[in-house]
Amino acid sequence: MLAYTAKRLLTLIPTLLAASALVFLFVHLIPGDPASILLGDTATAEEVAQLTREMGLDQPLWVQYFVWLGNVLQGDLGTSVFFKTPVLSVIAAGAETSILLACMTMVWIVLIGVPIGVLSATMHGKWVDQVTSGGAMLAASIPTFWLGLYLIFIFSVGLGWFPSSGFPSLSDDGGLANLRYLVLPSLTLAAPNAALIIRLVRASMLDVAREDHVRTARAKGLHPANVAIKHVFRNALIAVAAAFGFTFAALISEAVVTETVFSLPGIGRLVVQSILRRDYPVIQGVILVIVVLYMVINLLVDLAYARLDPRVSLK
Amino acid sequence: MALLEVENLHIAVSVGGVLQPVVRGISFTVDDNETLGIVGESGCGKSMTSLAIMGLLEGTPVRITDGSIRYDGTELLQLSSKQRRAIMGNRMAMIFQEPMTSLNPVYRIGDQIIESLRQHKSISKKAARARAIELLDLVRIPNPSERVDSFPHQMSGGQRQRVMIAMALSCDPKLLIADEPTTALDVTVQKEVLELMSDLQERTGTAIIIISHDLGVIAETCDKVSVMYRGKIVEAGTTENLFERLAHPYTRGLLNSIPVVDHDVEWLEAIPGRVPTLGEELSGCAFHPRCPIATGLCIAKTPGDTYIAGNHAVKCHYADQVAS
Repeated sequence: MLAYTAKRLLTLIPTLLAASALVFLFVHLIPGDPASILLGDTATAEEVAQLTREMGLDQPLWVQYFVWLGNVLQGDLGTSVFFKTPVLSVIAAGAETSILLACMTMVWIVLIGVPIGVLSATMHGKWVDQVTSGGAMLAASIPTFWLGLYLIFIFSVGLGWFPSSGFPSLSDDGGLANLRYLVLPSLTLAAPNAALIIRLVRASMLDVAREDHVRTARAKGLHPANVAIKHVFRNALIAVAAAFGFTFAALISEAVVTETVFSLPGIGRLVVQSILRRDYPVIQGVILVIVVLYMVINLLVDLAYARLDPRVSLK
Repeated sequence: MALLEVENLHIAVSVGGVLQPVVRGISFTVDDNETLGIVGESGCGKSMTSLAIMGLLEGTPVRITDGSIRYDGTELLQLSSKQRRAIMGNRMAMIFQEPMTSLNPVYRIGDQIIESLRQHKSISKKAARARAIELLDLVRIPNPSERVDSFPHQMSGGQRQRVMIAMALSCDPKLLIADEPTTALDVTVQKEVLELMSDLQERTGTAIIIISHDLGVIAETCDKVSVMYRGKIVEAGTTENLFERLAHPYTRGLLNSIPVVDHDVEWLEAIPGRVPTLGEELSGCAFHPRCPIATGLCIAKTPGDTYIAGNHAVKCHYADQVAS
């Protein structure tokens, strides 16, 4: 297991380098000269020339990359054109909201997706299964922005149970109770992903249930619930764990929409606003952070996978 | 009273809501320390019979439609699921055809044996582990105290089948059902596994039912044999009596299809025709379309039992002729 972890960590390095090069080149993909784009239409020729020098854009591309990479490794992602503050602190400001939102969403996905998936599989073919499968299909096809608006309409405007927008930090007045601001957004984000997990848990449990070793387990005289959890669900988890990596990728793109609908001061909304403001250093920084996060999550998924399936790590 | 008494057992499979008979009224008994072989082609109902005795038909489209299965005098078909599970894996255990897939790949083999032990016996984890190592030693797994922590994928097919046997024997069952236990194994390994089962029977006195399509396996290991064709036992008797005077054309066909090594053969003997499909209606003797000696009588009338010697019973109108 230790050797496997080390091996996976090593393979992360070239992937990260390749990703960082792509992120670096992103600014150079923008048509025209980055300096003049950054300065906007009103800039004079001298100002553009000065910024070009300051940004090192007059250097060869590979020199620029290594200078940039060196800075990134020291935590310097550049300066936001809009805020005039370091990009890292701009991202950090949105991190609390986004991390809390992601965690809460993951909790929903697991709490809703797994038990309903198990129920659906064990009640296979009965009305319970038909209702949950139908519900999952519906939840998976609802667009997030539409669901978000509907939840606001019912639970904020109608019932007044939850706030409809914004998120004060946990360190502000209210403390942990401020988490109620994230209930509707996290449910919105969780719905389609929980639906996917329901379908996946159900499908892989039904697959495993047909395997020979489950018949062996039943022949031992084990209680059906014991067979379902210890032998069917446990083996089905292998396939489900792999899906959590994809779920995370889906979360990132859906978070952009959800944070906008609920006006949450998170990283998703930061991306949208930065694109509108043409704040390229921030966009670049956010993309880099997301890429690294995505890789780390997938590494964790791979490790969990090896932990769940003894056949993997020993190869 | 025999340990296991199966009487007039009927099994049917539900195909689109219609019950198609698979097993059509079979009866047999197995005593302590006795080995019964059930032989027949695929689709003859032999595996269904074993699953029915074991109680593993729940949740499948297969139903027992009539008959009785008594174990130690208890009618199994009237027990609740819970009472049934108390016997399963405990008084009665089963070994399956596919050793490669019959063990759960994510658990250590020791834990899978321990699970079976602790399901039926109040025994500490430590004692169960010691017993698991003992069982692995009993089925001749080398280095049992080390291999107890192996995963199934780290073992060969033969070793996995031994683990299955160890698991089946964990609670000292009085009846062991082995459904094609050696079919998936190499010939040399087959012999070892069969010898192991005979040795264990000598020690423990367990009754064994071996299901197989291989007459060689049956002849070598069983005290008595039932030959099944299309859901019926067409020939039954002690191994000695039966192989001395094979009296059913189907059994003869089965034996003739085994190639003889010291003869050069141009082609292999086979029983002509095919196994009739589930829904097919056949009058008289179900074997008549494939039988080399079938007459009008075979199409018109279902044969009853003809007794050749002692209780060597044959369902064929011409049993005496075939036997001589």
